[in-house]
Amino acid sequence: MNSEKFMSKEKSIKNPEDRHPMLDQMSQLWRNKIAVVGLVIVIIFVLAAIFAPSLSPHDPVDASLYDQLKPPIWAEGGSSRNILGTDDLGRDILSRIIYGARVSLLVAVFSVGIAFFFGTLIGAISGYYKGTLDNVIMRLMDILLSFPYILLAIVVVAYLGPSLRNAMIAIGITYVPRFARIVRGSVLEESEKDYVLAAKSIGARDWRIIFVNILPNCLGPLIVQTTLSFASAILDAAALSFLGLGAQPPTPEWGAMIASSRSLILRASWVMTFPGIAILLAVLGFNLLGDGLRDALDPRLRD
Amino acid sequence: MLAYIIRRIFILVPTLFGVSLIVFTMLHLTPGDPAELLLGERATEESLHALRDHLGLNEPLYVQYGMFLKRLIKGDLGETIRTRQKVWTEIKQRFPATMELSFVALMISCVLGIFLGIISATKQYSIFDYLSMVGALIGVSMPIFWLGLVFMLVFSLNLGWLPISGRLSIDVDLSVITNFYIFDAILTRNWIAFKDAIWHIIMPAVTLSTIPTAIVARMTRSAMLEVLRQDYIKTAKAKGLSQFKVVYKHALRNAMIPVITTIGLQFGVLLCGAILTETIFAWPGMGKWMYDAVMQRDYMVIQGGTLFISTLFILINLVVDLLYAVINPRISVQ
Repeated sequence: MNSEKFMSKEKSIKNPEDRHPMLDQMSQLWRNKIAVVGLVIVIIFVLAAIFAPSLSPHDPVDASLYDQLKPPIWAEGGSSRNILGTDDLGRDILSRIIYGARVSLLVAVFSVGIAFFFGTLIGAISGYYKGTLDNVIMRLMDILLSFPYILLAIVVVAYLGPSLRNAMIAIGITYVPRFARIVRGSVLEESEKDYVLAAKSIGARDWRIIFVNILPNCLGPLIVQTTLSFASAILDAAALSFLGLGAQPPTPEWGAMIASSRSLILRASWVMTFPGIAILLAVLGFNLLGDGLRDALDPRLRD
Repeated sequence: MLAYIIRRIFILVPTLFGVSLIVFTMLHLTPGDPAELLLGERATEESLHALRDHLGLNEPLYVQYGMFLKRLIKGDLGETIRTRQKVWTEIKQRFPATMELSFVALMISCVLGIFLGIISATKQYSIFDYLSMVGALIGVSMPIFWLGLVFMLVFSLNLGWLPISGRLSIDVDLSVITNFYIFDAILTRNWIAFKDAIWHIIMPAVTLSTIPTAIVARMTRSAMLEVLRQDYIKTAKAKGLSQFKVVYKHALRNAMIPVITTIGLQFGVLLCGAILTETIFAWPGMGKWMYDAVMQRDYMVIQGGTLFISTLFILINLVVDLLYAVINPRISVQ
């Protein structure tokens, strides 16, 4: 605590102009080359997801009997019609990957959204009211954490039935504890500060203190966790779909694409290769950005 | 210290209780009749009734939960729907395969991860540091089910170096004692089977170790950097100790404390990964067993397997926490 205060004092001597800390954080992020690479990857995938219909050269689910298993453009027999080749039903792989970005990002937004909403709510209540309630809630979170998360997701999907929606719910539930823990920790720390006492003494209601006064001060770690959770949600959703527990055919989902190409592994390895690279890049993008944000938003990590 | 251990073990009881409650409610709050789920759609009304009676499904839920707990304490996880064997018997057959795979994967992660982490930290901002940290970032982002298939394509189908799946070739005999094949081969001095088992485990173990290796490497690097900055390291250097001694005798010991926790926590990652890896490489362990159960809706296997794995997971985390307290005496003061 003390060293933090000292550091910020030292900082203000270095930067005499009174800048908003967010500007500092942004420039910090911008200087971090790796984080910028991550940001660029993320933006590319987001754009691909938004403009999928105009970007993709073909329909992602339209089968074409005459174009089965066409290799990519640079291989022998490839053509510019299907740049990354086609699968066993003659569907254009590039188009399926572009639409896959839409599916994966949607899954990530919804599952992380579920976790964010419930995790923040639970964590804030737990950290603000402390005592027995806090103990009970955190024990529950520990129990949820004690399931290996993909196993928990598989079990949830096994009971609810395999579908993309249930995979989202399953991933969302398994991510709740991470958010709850982070928010609880920050709220616990913040609620001891004077401004909370001041708010209390002028008669502000609890929910106002929690959501209007305290939570905005806990945003840093939350943003980092959200970004990193996006990465793991994309990965986990792809894994569940690969196991047949998420997206069902003919949905153009990366994990499901890999699963359906397993039998073609020798004849047409490209059908399996490109969706895997897409997953890797998307997850990597969010991980790089999340790491960069952590360095920028957490002053304790700066050296 | 003793108080800490007792407190931790005391917390274990409600946690395990909660896990059993969750697993129990999942089966019983699922829409539909468990008896129908167990017997399938074409079951007759009499057999359904008989099963309901047998399972105690006509009792109120809390009585059922009590019965479930009573059976659990006796170690009875029920029978599987597919094979009508005891769930526990199947776990005993399947678990060693998973353990063997996870253990080899964990060994790879420790050796490789710690090695990469140390070198990166001691040569911070060098090309090696840069490459291995980019490699680690790619590692944590890796869809391992895809990586496994790529390995399969390259190393077995194209190059023919490694067997494509399974634990042992069909033409290799091995008298199974412990179900840990590598261990069994050593016990019976069956070197042909030993080599064959090693050959089979390489690809799935390397695939499974990808993410833990990356995590351990990153953790080792940051822990080492933290320690190397401290004054006692400067003192050690100042008194003229060799770089090797400073790094491996003075710094590594303290840097290892968080790394050991990280390694312990990787067990969960490994179990999650095992479901994917075992499915790809047809490895006859718990992961594949549970996956097949999900596919065939064998709820008894899902229930028993989940209980077993999460209990194991909780116990291992407890051991890691206690070990952590032993190597880092500061923790029990807090």
